[in-house]
Amino acid sequence: MGGARTMRTRPGETEQHAATARRAARPRRGLAALRGWGGVASMALACLLAVALVLALPQLRGDNGPGGSGGSAAADRLTQAAPARADECEAPERSLRPDTKDGPTIEKIKQRKVKKLVVGVDQNSYRWGYRDPNKGVGKLEGFDIDLAREIAERLLGDREAVVFRAIPTNQRIPAIQSGQVDMVVRTMTVNCDRIKDVAFSTAYFETGQQVLAPKTSDITGYNDTLKGKKVCSAAGSTAETALKENSFGADIRTTVPNQLDCLVRLQLGEVDAVVTDSALAAGQAAQDPTVELKGDKPFTTEYYGVAMKKDADDLVRRVNDVLDDFRKDKDGWRASYDKWLADDLGDSAGPPKPKYKD
Amino acid sequence: MDRLRAAATTEPGRLRAIGAVLAALVLVFGAVTAWQTTSRADAADRVLNRSQPLSNDAAAIYRSLADANTAASSGFLAGGQEPAKVRERYQRDVDRASEKLATAASNAGSDSSSATAVSRLNKLLPQYTALIERARANNRQGLPLGGAYLRYANNTMQTQMLPAAEKLYKAENERLTADYGDAKPYPWLAIAFGVAALAALGWAQHRTFRRTNRVFNTGLVAATAAASVALLWLLAGHTFARSGLNESYDRGVKSLNVLNDARISSLKARGNENLTLVSRGAETVVVGDATKDKFDVAYQRQMARLAGAKAGDKGLLGRAAELADDDAGKRPVAAAAANVTEWKDRHKSARASDDSGDYEGALDKVIGTKSDRPTRESFDNVDAALDAALAHEQREFKRAAEDGKGAMTGLPIGAAVLAVVGAAAAVLGIGRRLSEYR
Repeated sequence: MGGARTMRTRPGETEQHAATARRAARPRRGLAALRGWGGVASMALACLLAVALVLALPQLRGDNGPGGSGGSAAADRLTQAAPARADECEAPERSLRPDTKDGPTIEKIKQRKVKKLVVGVDQNSYRWGYRDPNKGVGKLEGFDIDLAREIAERLLGDREAVVFRAIPTNQRIPAIQSGQVDMVVRTMTVNCDRIKDVAFSTAYFETGQQVLAPKTSDITGYNDTLKGKKVCSAAGSTAETALKENSFGADIRTTVPNQLDCLVRLQLGEVDAVVTDSALAAGQAAQDPTVELKGDKPFTTEYYGVAMKKDADDLVRRVNDVLDDFRKDKDGWRASYDKWLADDLGDSAGPPKPKYKD
Repeated sequence: MDRLRAAATTEPGRLRAIGAVLAALVLVFGAVTAWQTTSRADAADRVLNRSQPLSNDAAAIYRSLADANTAASSGFLAGGQEPAKVRERYQRDVDRASEKLATAASNAGSDSSSATAVSRLNKLLPQYTALIERARANNRQGLPLGGAYLRYANNTMQTQMLPAAEKLYKAENERLTADYGDAKPYPWLAIAFGVAALAALGWAQHRTFRRTNRVFNTGLVAATAAASVALLWLLAGHTFARSGLNESYDRGVKSLNVLNDARISSLKARGNENLTLVSRGAETVVVGDATKDKFDVAYQRQMARLAGAKAGDKGLLGRAAELADDDAGKRPVAAAAANVTEWKDRHKSARASDDSGDYEGALDKVIGTKSDRPTRESFDNVDAALDAALAHEQREFKRAAEDGKGAMTGLPIGAAVLAVVGAAAAVLGIGRRLSEYR
């Protein structure tokens, strides 16, 4: 820039001629072979070619866009759709007789560096296993949580000796099989498919599938009124299995990690109805007074059990022993029911009777 | 025809032709110079005042969205009523994102990938904030439905909004690179015409000298001088501009890109750290043959990007430190790196608490108060340090790019004026010779 400015004063000074001529002469010598217009034209052509080449060169694009890592790895879907036939599986809720002896599974838990029971629960099932943001930071509570603490107290002597792991519906069985959790206390239905993969305690609650929809909806239950409606269920749930068997012509493509996610979809108008356990549906209705359970009663009969590893017989018998007392104990089943569930589910005839297979 | 032949064979005729050609060559040289330098100056101006600020805005949109999502999950972790500070941060992020989206919208062409990304984000942002408000309302009533809404909002952010923001950021960066590409090439055509004009002027003077034995023809000398000045100005001005632009790219844009990436990585890491506690192991991924928490895996991945996963891998912060070329630039990067190390240590301790079943202890170590030595503190320090580094590099960019653009100031007009002067002088010079034949 500076150099260019001083040059500008030169045109008038003729003594600069020699320098100017030299500058002018240099290119001229190179062009000696090219004469007149033809030379200019060919030079211009050469220049154009050069410019074109420069423009055509691949441009250096040095952008380092932030890496995309949305964390969208779709949760593996685990669907065990094949319904078990009645002749090969009857009363899957029958379990092993109670016993208080410590076996290899319990020994292993007791020998842990941090002596705590790892329990798979839910933090989204209102009244069963959930987090009340207004009560203590991160505290989980509900019927299932009470039961998990009761088991921890009887096994390890401390109600607080529990590590709660929140587990999506379709990860309950893999979490047990991989040893990620010792047991799952998470509104888990005992059925013929699942007893092939995990062991269950005796039943601690009776429930069944029911349809939940807005009060203003013309859906009246698990029947033809579902035709053409969008129905949501949790992936890997018994509701999903039931809908796959018979959907009454409903669109059942919406499946979510947790039954509560169905209520979000329902409120946002993405689905018309939800199918889930009546015990859980009541929890959803308790969070949204504009929806209700449809039909007089559930269209299936199911039992919740505590799920454990398939070969953990000692733990299963021990948990059944805890459940025996939990059912009878005045501060046990009845107290938890009254505290968490009575408001939404009404009076209860009491816990289901334990059934044994041995 | 006869007159034309006469013009070509008689000396006055030849002189006329020579004068016309000389004037035309000088004028074309001036015009091409003005045209080529104008287009380069425009591109340099776009780099400085348009594409770089827009790329910066796009980075800010990306950052604000990621930060808003992180703030929302922090607020959720804290309980039914989120702390005022967290709420303000969320609000500020959303405000900034929508403000920058408006600028981006008015600057994105109607049919570009930027425009698609912007309109997508404009549609999704209100949906996202609506979900967060629903989450808050339910959260306040102590209902777990709030958490379900938060997950839904997070999912919208992670799978739709952040990818769109990333696309916008990349598109704006491409535009910036393209503008650099338009501003930097040598104006070969103008240079060629300049050289041709000077050659023709030299030849004309040599011819005059041979025929008249007169050394100087004032007009032709003046024309040569004007053309030379214009050519030198063109070469010098463009070289200066080019070096300024190169410097603004090497010292500014490169550092800014790496720092923006680092900041986004740190935000994502923080968001995932929060979500590890929000979800409590609810979502897992299989890595190798082990089942791991999805959000902790994502956290580890972002931290590895930030600080390097293994020996020899410097990570984004290592690259930023290399690119920083003065103390003022190196200092904040070093501070960020030190805080990332501290963050990793604290995170390890928080995970240990959580894994041993002390959820509340883990929570304190992530969002607690100063005495808990929470990772929140480390993250805030990293964020502030990267902010300072970004501001510094932005200044470096601006200074160098302004220098570069300034080097071309006046060049188009100057070249045009010199060319007119030169052409006039050439015509006058030839005119003097011509008058000798009358």
